Amino acid sequence: MTGFRQAKWDEPLIYELSKIDPSLPEDVVKEASRYLPEKYIRKTLSIPDLSEPEVVRHFIRLSQMNFSVDLGMYPLGSCTMKYNPKICDYLASEPSLMNIHPLQPEETLQGLLEILYELKKYLSMITGMDFFTLQPAAGAHGEYVGVLIIKKYHEVHGESHRDEILIPDSAHGTNPASAKMAGFKVIEIPSDPDGLVDMDALEAALSDKTAGMMLTNPNTLGLFEKNIVEIAKKVHEVGGLMYYDGANLNAIAGLARPGDMGFDIVHLNLHKSFGTPHGGGGPGSGPVGVKSYLKEFLPIPYIDHEDGMYFLNWDLKNSIGKVHGYYGNISVLLRAYCYILLNGGEGIRKASEQAVLNSNYLLWRIKDLRGVSLPYSKGVFRKHEFVISLEPLKEDTGVTAKDVAKRLLDYGLHPPTIYFPLIVKEAFMIEPTESVSKSDLDRYADALKAIIEEAYSDPDTVRSSPHNTKIGRVDEAYGSRPKTMAPTYRWLLEKEE
Amino acid sequence: MNFIPNTKDEVMEMMSLLGIDSIEELFKDIPREVLFKEALDIPRLNEFELTRYLGEKLSKNQFFPPEKVFLGGGVWPVYIPAVVKYILMRTEFLTSYTPYQAEISQGLMQALYEYQSLLAELLDMDVVNSSMYDWSSAAAEALLLSVRATKGDIVLIPQDMPYYRKMVLKTYLWGAGVEYMEYPLDEEGNIDISFLNKVDGGRRIAGLYAEYPNIYGYIMENLDEAGEYVHNRNGLFIVGVDPLSLPILKPPSAYGADIVVGEGQPLGNPLFFGGPLLGIFGVRRDMKLIREMPGRIIGLTKTVDGERAFAMILQTREQHIRRERATSNICSNEALTAVASAVYISLLGKNGLVKLSTKLLKYSHMLYEMLASHGFEQPYNLPYFREFSLTLDKPIETKSLLRHMINKGFLFGAVLARYHTVSLNEHHSQQALEGLISSIEEVIG
Ligand SMILES: Cc1ncc(COP(=O)(O)O)c(C=O)c1O
Repeated sequence: MTGFRQAKWDEPLIYELSKIDPSLPEDVVKEASRYLPEKYIRKTLSIPDLSEPEVVRHFIRLSQMNFSVDLGMYPLGSCTMKYNPKICDYLASEPSLMNIHPLQPEETLQGLLEILYELKKYLSMITGMDFFTLQPAAGAHGEYVGVLIIKKYHEVHGESHRDEILIPDSAHGTNPASAKMAGFKVIEIPSDPDGLVDMDALEAALSDKTAGMMLTNPNTLGLFEKNIVEIAKKVHEVGGLMYYDGANLNAIAGLARPGDMGFDIVHLNLHKSFGTPHGGGGPGSGPVGVKSYLKEFLPIPYIDHEDGMYFLNWDLKNSIGKVHGYYGNISVLLRAYCYILLNGGEGIRKASEQAVLNSNYLLWRIKDLRGVSLPYSKGVFRKHEFVISLEPLKEDTGVTAKDVAKRLLDYGLHPPTIYFPLIVKEAFMIEPTESVSKSDLDRYADALKAIIEEAYSDPDTVRSSPHNTKIGRVDEAYGSRPKTMAPTYRWLLEKEE
Repeated sequence: MNFIPNTKDEVMEMMSLLGIDSIEELFKDIPREVLFKEALDIPRLNEFELTRYLGEKLSKNQFFPPEKVFLGGGVWPVYIPAVVKYILMRTEFLTSYTPYQAEISQGLMQALYEYQSLLAELLDMDVVNSSMYDWSSAAAEALLLSVRATKGDIVLIPQDMPYYRKMVLKTYLWGAGVEYMEYPLDEEGNIDISFLNKVDGGRRIAGLYAEYPNIYGYIMENLDEAGEYVHNRNGLFIVGVDPLSLPILKPPSAYGADIVVGEGQPLGNPLFFGGPLLGIFGVRRDMKLIREMPGRIIGLTKTVDGERAFAMILQTREQHIRRERATSNICSNEALTAVASAVYISLLGKNGLVKLSTKLLKYSHMLYEMLASHGFEQPYNLPYFREFSLTLDKPIETKSLLRHMINKGFLFGAVLARYHTVSLNEHHSQQALEGLISSIEEVIG
C-alpha cells in the first residue's frame, strides 16, 4: 500500500480554455498596412486570448502534475539527477546578465568573460585537459564537436581515409549518432564477460582506418574500465584519438581524471555532474576539453585572455567552425560555475565519493532480491551507478522492468533508467547520486522489494500500474501511428472532424 | 551549506555493511597510475561569499539597458513578463528530467504539446518539435533533413546571412559531407533567381534555405519564386524566421515552405549573451518529412483505459533507439525555453502578439524616417519588419559611428555581412528613439 497520490487536474488544453476567434484585430491591421503592402499581411491566427489569472492557473496546475528532483529521489541512471543548489538559479537570473546581447562588444563584458574563462580553468583542472570550449548546448552537442575535431585532425594530417569510430556496445545512443553525423562509420566493440571493453575485439577492430574511439569511464554499467591505459595506448598506436563521454564524471570527479587516462578529448554534461537543473529536458551544457595539441581545432570564437584583456578569439588555425549561433548556454555555465565554487575542490571529490557509496549501498540492498540478477563483474564495486537485470522476475512472473518502473511511480519514487544499456535484458540502471541519504535509499530498496513480492503474489496489480499518478499506463504506440497520431492541436482538430 | 544528507554515522554504517574500512576501497579497481593524488585547487565559498564574489566580477561589465540596444540578427532584447519568470521558477518544471516516465510527467508534456501547437499556428506548419538547441543548429539540421528526404546531393544557402549562423551551417554540412552553394541577392535585394537558374541541371538539389525577413531585415519579394524553383528541382524549401514577425506577416507556407526553422528566444526568453536559446523546427504534414525530423516530439495519445494522455512520440527516429541510424544525435534539448514560450504566447494571446509585432513594425519605420533625414540610406527599397539596414559609411564611417555611439551608451546595430543592420525591440519608445537620434547628431556633428 502506498499513500502517494499525484495531483489530478482535469486541465484542458490551453486551446480549450476559451473560444478562439482567429481573425486579426482590425485597427491594428490597419495600422500595419501603413508600413506593409497588404499582400504580406496575414489573415488569421488561431491563438487563444486569455486573462492573466487563467494562464497562471493553467500552468501551475500543469506543474503540479510533474515529478521533479526537488520532490524526491530521481535515480535515472546516466542522468545524474542530483540536487540543484538554489543560489545558482538566483545568481544566474541577474537582470543585468539576462539582457546581454551576444553582439555586445567584448571590451564591455570583461566581468562575464572572466567568469567564463575561470570556469574553463576549473573544468580543465577537474578533467586533466588543457583547453575548453563552452559552445556546445548539451552532451550530444559536445560529442558532435569532439568527433568533428577528430575528423578535422585527420583531414589536416592528410589522413581523411580514417573513417571509423570505435564505440562499445554498452555506449549511449548519442555516441554512434554523433559519429554518424560527422560522417564516420561506427564499429561496435562488444563487451567482455566482465562488462568491459573486450580487448581482443578491440585489437581486431583497430586499423589504419581507425579515426578514434568514444568511451565513457566508468561505463554505462557503472564499471570502471580498468584497462583504460592499455586501451588508450592501443588506439593511439594505430593513430586514433580517444574521446571521453563525460556523462559519468560524477563517479570520479576529484579522484581520477580522463586527461590522465589517455583521453585526448572530453565532453562534460554540466546539467548532470555540475548540478544545473535539467529543465524537463534542457537547456543543458556540454563543454568540450582537449589536450593542448588539439586547441587549434576547437570551435570559434574561443574565449581567450591576453594582456589583461578577455576576448573572443576568432583566429584558431584549424577550427571546426561553429556549432551554435553564439557562445553556448551562458546561464547554465554560470550555474555550473557557482556550483563548483560552492563545493570547492574538496566538495567535488566528496560528492563523487558519496555518490559511489550510495550506489554500492543500494546495490547491496537489492542485488539478492528474488527476481533480480546482477550481470557482469559480480565481486566488483560499481561506481556512481549500477545495472541490475529483472530478467529472472520476468521469467517467473511475466512482470517486466517497465511494469516494476511504473509501480515505483505509485510510491512517489521516480524509476531508474530502464532498458539501457542495451546489453542487459530487462535492465534497471540506477544512479542515486550523493544528494540522497541512507534512509532515502532504504525506502527505495523497501519499495522495490515490496513491488517484487507483489509481482509474485499479485502480478496484475504491478502490470496494470501506475494507479496513483495523474493518469494510468500510457499507450505510446497509439500516439505514434499515422492514423491515430495528433502531434499538434490543429492536427487533432482535423482528426476529429 | 551542506549538499550531502548522509551523516557520519550513516556513512560508517553503510561502509561496514559493504565490508570496507575506507571510501578508497570503492575505487580500488582504478589503476594507481590514473588515480588523482592531488587536491583540486578550487576554493570553496559560502552562499554569501559567492554572491559578493560574483557581484564584484560582474561589476566589470558595462550594462546597456535594452532601450539603448539596437542589436538583433537572430536574438533580440525582449521584455519578459513576470508571469513567465514565475512559472519558470516552478521547480516541478525546472528540476525535472526529460519526461521518460510519461504517467508522472504529464504536466511538462502538456506544456510542451501546447508549445508545439501554438508554434504550429504561428508558423502555419503541422508538426513542430519540442525544441532544437538554437536557430543555427535547427537550420543546419533542416538542410541535413532535406538531403535524407530527397536523396539530393547539394543544398543552396544565402550568401548574405549573419556570419555566425552561416558558420554553423557550413560546419554541419562539412561534417555530413554535403556540398553547398551560396546564392546571391540581386540588385533589388531579392533572391537572384537568374543565378539559381544557372545551377547545373544535373545536380540534385536537396534544399534551398532562405530567411524571412532576411539578414538585412527585408522581406524579399520573390520568396514564392524561390520556393517554386526548388520544388521544380524536387528539393525542399526551408525558411528561417523571427517568430515575432509572424503575428503580422504572412506565414512562410504562403511561399511554399516545407520546413520552417527559427529562433524562439524573442518569444519570452532572455538574451543571456546568446544562450540558452530555442531552436524552432516545424514541417508541413507529410509523413516522409515527419519521419525524418530531428528532436523530440510530444504527441497526444491515450492511456490503456482510453483517457487522454501525452507521450513522446515517433521515438524510433531518435538516437536512443536508432543509434547511428537516428535522424539526429540530439538528446537533451531546450525544453524549458519552449515552456517559457508557451507561457509567453498564452499570456500575450493573439491580440497581444499582433499588437506587439505591429509596434515593432511601426517603430522601425519611425526610426528609419528619422535617420533618413540625417543622410542615412537603405541599400534596398523593400518592405521590412523590425530590422532594416544602412549603407556603410554614409553619412559617416560606420565603424567610427558605432564606436562613438558605444561611448554614448548605445549599441547602435552591427555589420553582419555587407551592411549596417539596425534592430528594434519593444523597449524602444518614441523618447528612446529621440535620445538615439540626438546622440547621433552629436556624433555626426
Ligand atoms: C552516457 C551518456 N552520453 C551522452 C548523453 C547525452 O547527453 P545530452 O542529453 O546532454 O545530450 C547522455 C544523456 O543521457 C548519456 O547518458
